[in-house]
Amino acid sequence: MIHLEFVDRAHSIQTVPMVCMHCDSPTCAEVCPADAIKRTEDGVVQSARKPRCIACSNCVLACPFGVPKMNSSFGLMMKCDMCYDRSQAGKKPMCAAVCPSGALFFGTREEVAHLRPRSRILDRFEFGAQTITTKVKLMVPRDSTEPQLHVTGALEAVQEEDPFEEIALEGFP
Amino acid sequence: MQDHPAEFPPDNASQAPAVLPRIRFPDGRPEADQPGWRHAFPIDWGRDQVVSRRDFTRLMVLTGLAFTVAQFGVGLASLRAGRARPEPKALARVEEIPVGETVRLHYPGPRDPILLTHLSTGGFVAYGQLCTHLQCPVVPRAELGRLECPCHNGWFDMAEGRPMAGPPRRPLTRIRLEIRDGVIHATGVEERTA
Repeated sequence: MIHLEFVDRAHSIQTVPMVCMHCDSPTCAEVCPADAIKRTEDGVVQSARKPRCIACSNCVLACPFGVPKMNSSFGLMMKCDMCYDRSQAGKKPMCAAVCPSGALFFGTREEVAHLRPRSRILDRFEFGAQTITTKVKLMVPRDSTEPQLHVTGALEAVQEEDPFEEIALEGFP
Repeated sequence: MQDHPAEFPPDNASQAPAVLPRIRFPDGRPEADQPGWRHAFPIDWGRDQVVSRRDFTRLMVLTGLAFTVAQFGVGLASLRAGRARPEPKALARVEEIPVGETVRLHYPGPRDPILLTHLSTGGFVAYGQLCTHLQCPVVPRAELGRLECPCHNGWFDMAEGRPMAGPPRRPLTRIRLEIRDGVIHATGVEERTA
């Protein structure tokens, strides 16, 4: 399951895709009270297991990337599992298979090194006191020196003012 | 397979230690220092001890089968035990037991306690001491003419050993007695069902 996030909802309809980052220490699984979220041996964090999931949405609230989604009609948390049915059969996940611009890529390090010669990988994210290392990598400019992405710092920078305030004034003068 | 280019190191190379544990815990401590529940509720699928429906069914069926087979074993053992005829044994002299008194003896084996009573109506009776409810030892209540099982307030009548009140439903095991030349002999054990 992939979902789209708006980059700047107030001014643009531009979206970015968000896939599960498949953390080394998955917060969704850490907080699951029913022991329903499991990671397979290839490091892919799976959707909640149907016999165990109690649809409490703890994972939905806890995931720092906002990946798990509660499917209320199923009573089941569902999330990106790297299209387990496809990747088991040797195919790429659907998002990477259909992405026309290569923004989402599924392949080996050699392949991506060839495709993105001016980039390096970044797989550490800092959320306040929590640092997360992920299986899904971000490609960043190679000359950047930051060892990890400071997500909370970036969020605080953009949330200084209410982005909807301006729209509200425009709509109701 | 060629080596990784320097700017694309293998997964674990960006971290300080050379070899990282397969699982990275949120508190950063090694697996040995983690609380016990982490072993009971592992995140990794392979470590999860899944009990499938089939495993559970197999357990239930095999356990039930074992108990069923064991029932036949118990039945055979009791059949064999019932066929054995205990040796007669001299228990006591008649004058040793005053009227209304009860003595505790063992028959047929040294681990089978019995109660030998001189009834106030005359005559001797002997019963196995084990209550027929849950094998508690019964105690004589001469003033009531009864035997009491204190465990669950079971009562037996002294003359016949039949249950009068409480949980027991079967009479006490009766010891067949024979008096020859002033000596009381036990000659057999009579298991009774009603």
